[in-house]
Amino acid sequence: MSDLFADILIQFLNGLAGASSLFLVAAGLSLIFGVTRIVNFAHGALFMLGLYLAWSLIDLFGRSTLLGFWGGVLAAALCVGAIGVVIEIVVLRRIYKAPELFQLLATFALVLIIKDAVLFFWGAEELLGPRAPGLRGAVEIFGRRFPEYDLLLIAAGPLVLGLLWLLLHRTRYGIFVRAATQDREMLAALGTDERRLFTSVFFLGAFLAGLGGALQIPREPAQLSLDLAVISDAFVVVVVGGMGSIGGAFLAALLIAQAKALCIALGDVSMFGTVVSFSKLTLVVEFAIMAAVLVLRPWGLLGKPLALARGAGASAAPLDPPGPLFWPASFVVLVLLALAPLGGDRYLLVLMGDIAVFALFAVSLHFLMGPGGLVSFGHAAYFGLGSYAAALVFLRLDLPAEAALLAAPLAGGAAALLFGWFCVRLSGVYLAMLTLAFAQIAWSVVFQWNDATGGSNGLIGLWPAGALKDRTLYFWATLVLCAGGIFFLWRTVHAPFGLALRAARDQPMRAEAVGIDTRRVQWVAFALSGAFAGLAGGLFAFAKGSISPDTLGVARSVDGLAMVLLGGVQTLTGPVLGAAVFTWLQDEIARNTEYWRAILGFAILALVLAFPHGLGGALKRLRGAA
Amino acid sequence: MTLLVAHGLRKAFGGVEAVVDVGFAVAPGEVVALIGPNGAGKSTCFNMLNGQLAPDGGTIRLGGENIAGRPPRAIARLGVGRTFQITATFASMRVRENVQAALQSFAGKSYGLWRSADTLYRDEALALLARVGMEDQAERPCGTLAYGDLKRVELAVALAGRPRLLLMDEPTAGMAPVERLALMALTASLARREQIGVLFTEHDMDTVFAHADRILVLDRGRLIAEGSPDAVRNDPTVRRVYLGAGTMYGEQA
Repeated sequence: MSDLFADILIQFLNGLAGASSLFLVAAGLSLIFGVTRIVNFAHGALFMLGLYLAWSLIDLFGRSTLLGFWGGVLAAALCVGAIGVVIEIVVLRRIYKAPELFQLLATFALVLIIKDAVLFFWGAEELLGPRAPGLRGAVEIFGRRFPEYDLLLIAAGPLVLGLLWLLLHRTRYGIFVRAATQDREMLAALGTDERRLFTSVFFLGAFLAGLGGALQIPREPAQLSLDLAVISDAFVVVVVGGMGSIGGAFLAALLIAQAKALCIALGDVSMFGTVVSFSKLTLVVEFAIMAAVLVLRPWGLLGKPLALARGAGASAAPLDPPGPLFWPASFVVLVLLALAPLGGDRYLLVLMGDIAVFALFAVSLHFLMGPGGLVSFGHAAYFGLGSYAAALVFLRLDLPAEAALLAAPLAGGAAALLFGWFCVRLSGVYLAMLTLAFAQIAWSVVFQWNDATGGSNGLIGLWPAGALKDRTLYFWATLVLCAGGIFFLWRTVHAPFGLALRAARDQPMRAEAVGIDTRRVQWVAFALSGAFAGLAGGLFAFAKGSISPDTLGVARSVDGLAMVLLGGVQTLTGPVLGAAVFTWLQDEIARNTEYWRAILGFAILALVLAFPHGLGGALKRLRGAA
Repeated sequence: MTLLVAHGLRKAFGGVEAVVDVGFAVAPGEVVALIGPNGAGKSTCFNMLNGQLAPDGGTIRLGGENIAGRPPRAIARLGVGRTFQITATFASMRVRENVQAALQSFAGKSYGLWRSADTLYRDEALALLARVGMEDQAERPCGTLAYGDLKRVELAVALAGRPRLLLMDEPTAGMAPVERLALMALTASLARREQIGVLFTEHDMDTVFAHADRILVLDRGRLIAEGSPDAVRNDPTVRRVYLGAGTMYGEQA
């Protein structure tokens, strides 16, 4: 028993140390959001950059000297802060007035660019950092060894919290920051220079992320997957703590780090005759805490409901039912597409199959985003879970591919029902972050659950037998199912359900006052959207013959968003065109360079900066000018 | 028989008692105005009747059934129509679709995934729009309408549920004087013809005294007077609340 006690105590201290670095990242994220209302997706990338920079700078300044180590850590954090300033001035300053979705996309583009920059400068290998001079040893606690450096980290969290509190509550600068968090427009009306304030807050936030990363150097190796791992943790912390609340971020970081540490400490415990492996439950625990907090306090532990932005939201144009020629014309296009592979061009067959699958994926996402007004930043979860469900039914249950394809929409729909139940309780940025957090959790489970999902290797051998064995026939089946799905979703947008969904988006209060259960309508929309994304995922699995956790990665979610935005949120056909153009372009780029992520990132940035009000908005303006 | 009976309603926000022990009744076909200075608790009362706020205490009986604390959509389905102080229409839809969405919801068809919504209850929607004089603008997007027209669309949407009771929060705010009187005259005639009880708040006293059958006066969360327009007009307490202590006019209250 005392063994268990010592285990728990050591893990408790570990939890405290982990909480510190999580808090630094989340505090920066929260601070930036509070003042600029931008959710900085690239915050995890800045953390990663801090870690890599610290590795190089400590090496430069001298690994073994006190000054070399701490000078390197501080310099790395300052460099990240400076990079934050550049990002703010070059990119974000131009899009403060753009829709939230565009801001998220722009910062995600930065994630891609930073990732490839790190790959270019430091390579793909993990880099093991130096240990801190003077703190290389360990202290003995209840017969267990605990690293001295971690004791220092435990102190760092509260120390930074205290300094931030002093900065925000005891300085003139802090008054401005807090005033901007409460009412940005009023502060501007009083004559404060918003630009300088925003730039400085971005510096501070980026500095904290960089410091959080740099301080981790003796504890974990620098690696390329840290950006997304850290940002999803930080999102969860910020959502749990309350957006814009530094104290909340601290509390939430402690809570989540401790809950995870407790799970690790408990390890495998036999309960009621079965062995429960708590150490594998760390992700589920994070999810459970977030879910509980969101149900009980939708604005987070210490957060407040967001004030409504003034004059927000130009309304969408009416969505009229298609004219008499639309369906016949669509049918002709479909037949032409079906005839295309008859030329025997294998490459064309694959590309067209991909386009069909991603068109359905994009339309299912658009169904939520457009008529539903629910921006899902983790739509790949439903796609990927559909893939895995189909693959598992095919491989483990030995059922034919036709039956497996039935499991895909069921799995996607079921996951959307579960996640959507929580998501429809939120709106705007909170909703986007929560969808992303759910998707990351789904990804982690698939990534870690080796026995079932094959872990990082994924699953292979997904080649259907029977009728679907022939690739042309499989393509036709894909085409019919995708076109059918798109047809169904389009009908639904124009059906009474679509009207109710648009009503809930336009004016939730009015919709409730005419008897529409807005949450339930949105929940059903989530399920429908998830089911069709799942179907697309299932078709994708058998088209490729193998799947990996990438199938439900954040990058895929962002691909979907880019397709929808490229085509335009305002129209129903837009996402299909967007999917076709995007899939073709990505294929072209990826075949020609190793750094396709960065190129994609720059392309997204260009798109966002050139059309800060979306392609639909740009078209409107052109029409207005004509 | 009375339609709506509120009894002992209370609501406090933190330490502020917004509504204290308020009770009143509305009969079918009766047009009742709820007036009072800013901060008197009119909107709080309204939001409790409509279900947007749960009262801290008291009962709200609609045709005998206690509806206090039920969600807005449940109250709407029991026959309570609502218009909002700041007009709330579905801006991305055409005028006709606004009414159709409400009709489809009340008919329990909002979960139809396949059949086109375009033709479902189209005639009924046009008939409702004709009743508020908006039939010639039925195909315009709501986002492009003038403010007074939006108010009329809202009335048509509120009528879609065949309400027994209409709650109208400042129905004529922001309208030109002629439009105001026209909208309230329309509402009052609909109410009397179809035996709909109407409860409305209003700052414009001309509208109130021209159309209300009965007036309730709230001040600082309490009901301070109630009666016919003439009785309320001459009530000394009401005069004091509305005109101040009388020093400005050289009158002793």
